[in-house]
Amino acid sequence: MKVLFLAHTEEGGLLGKAALEALGAAKALGGELTIGLYGAEVQAGADSIAVCGAVKFYGVAGADFATARYGSDAAACEALAKAAGADLIVMPATARASRVAAGVAMRLGAAVDTRLTGLAVEGGKVVATRWFYRQRMVGKIERDVSPWLVTVDTGCFEPVSAPGAASVELLSPAVATRTVVTGIKSPAADAQTIRPEAKMLLVAGAGWGKSQAGGVKRLDEASQLILGLLSATQCSLGSSKSLVDQSGDGGALPFLTHMHQVGQTGSTPRHQKGLATCCHGEEPHVVGWRFIGERRAINLDASCGWAQGKADVLYVADAFAVVNKVVELLK
Amino acid sequence: MKGLQIVVLGSIVPDPLQTLEPIVGPTGPALKNEMMLPAVLDPWAGHALYEAANLAKKVEGKVYLVALGPKAKLQQVMMNVAQKVPFEISVLDGPAGGFTDAAETAKALAAGVEKLPGLDKSKLLIFGGWQSASRGTGAVLQMVGELLGITDQFQGVDEIKVADDGSFTVLERIEGGSYQQSSCQGAPAVLGWATGNLPEPPNNPQVGMANMRFIMPALAKATPAPLAGAGLHYQSVGVPSQRRETRIVKDASVDDIAREIADWIRA
Repeated sequence: MKVLFLAHTEEGGLLGKAALEALGAAKALGGELTIGLYGAEVQAGADSIAVCGAVKFYGVAGADFATARYGSDAAACEALAKAAGADLIVMPATARASRVAAGVAMRLGAAVDTRLTGLAVEGGKVVATRWFYRQRMVGKIERDVSPWLVTVDTGCFEPVSAPGAASVELLSPAVATRTVVTGIKSPAADAQTIRPEAKMLLVAGAGWGKSQAGGVKRLDEASQLILGLLSATQCSLGSSKSLVDQSGDGGALPFLTHMHQVGQTGSTPRHQKGLATCCHGEEPHVVGWRFIGERRAINLDASCGWAQGKADVLYVADAFAVVNKVVELLK
Repeated sequence: MKGLQIVVLGSIVPDPLQTLEPIVGPTGPALKNEMMLPAVLDPWAGHALYEAANLAKKVEGKVYLVALGPKAKLQQVMMNVAQKVPFEISVLDGPAGGFTDAAETAKALAAGVEKLPGLDKSKLLIFGGWQSASRGTGAVLQMVGELLGITDQFQGVDEIKVADDGSFTVLERIEGGSYQQSSCQGAPAVLGWATGNLPEPPNNPQVGMANMRFIMPALAKATPAPLAGAGLHYQSVGVPSQRRETRIVKDASVDDIAREIADWIRA
């Protein structure tokens, strides 16, 4: 079986963590491994995996491929895939690669499956594992089509480190695109509340924006407490859809956006721990917690969703009081 | 630029509050009692539809919805969706489950788009969800774009701003809570939407009645779109055990609870 590891490089031509993990997935299949890298520069990335056991390194490099555009990335991937002639193509499920993976598969006449959390050879066949219905069920797939292009999720495979000196054959595909990347918009470093590398996820639920005892909303206090806990723990911030929707209407918490949403129409982040506050714990939200290891929740309702086997610990308490005290203790 | 044709691709998914259980049938896995489960328009496709309508108002454009699903279920879903924003619908009668093949789905949808009367690809924007709440591959839109010859594509979109000359800027979600900002010379393009920034529109019965005048005939003349799943085999599909033994802490003091949580965070 011929396997192609296909990935974009990042700053300095190096490979990111997700790419190195995808290489780990590709290597573990056995078979004849070929490497295909694309980006502004590729040599440094190739050198970082030079002795991984690949029989050939291909690259597409240059200014045209420096930024993440569908047209240029798809052209690069198509050229690399055709040069490699692989049966199975493994890409990382980064935003950049995910933008083009299926389109490239269509160009190659390949089958495509994305966001795999498992990829292995069983009984002589390649078997892919992925989630369906927003992480509610997991399936194992085989394809008797070649080539087969897959993307693999981060956090599921061992990264590869195999430094040396790689000899890369550079290809020069033609690029046809009318798109220009004009920049990256990120919150200021001290205002960034989405932290994928954090050990803990803090989820703020709709209860923070509701009227409290006495019929009064305590939004300023809620903001202060949530941001205080974020600052004290450097955790990542998520939210239920209902609280984000309130924030979007100019109510609730102004620092929350749809990017913070966790659940059915939000993200499914990976963190070792998660603390849900003022959140109901119903299924459309909890599907986003699939990859959170240890789960605890604070809610005034002792029979909320978290109590039904969705959390390890439910504290039936006032989150305003508890979080205030937690922040004091952690300072 | 005026007169953009904004074609939204969408399907239906089970209402998220439903309990979903996979079963294995003669044609592969499916959901237990799938045809009985209440359905909704895929949430991200819904966001794409609302953004399409919002854009169409600004550029004097027109919104089409090309929907693939069992037509009986589509009819139920349209009763609600039709009241949201004005659109014309083209219906493909076929399976909408998460276990169908993305490439087959894309081919059916692309064929449906090509058949839209008066289609002008120079003014075409394909909108849809960046992934579905069923299969969740984020693959179908890209493949539809390729089949239609569109090589300017964007995924995880939360914003589009169209200039008078038809060029537009787009914000796409990338890692770490950031956005990539791009500009494109204009249509045709494919945009896979995340949530965008618009709330769900309130129901408007007048919009609903106007839409349903066209939706019912469209349902009646739906194009069959069987999806065979050739070459795709499921070894297994299951619901992993996720039930935890929840310890419920009641009647403890705020201080004790806070101390326990702080210790857990530090550990």
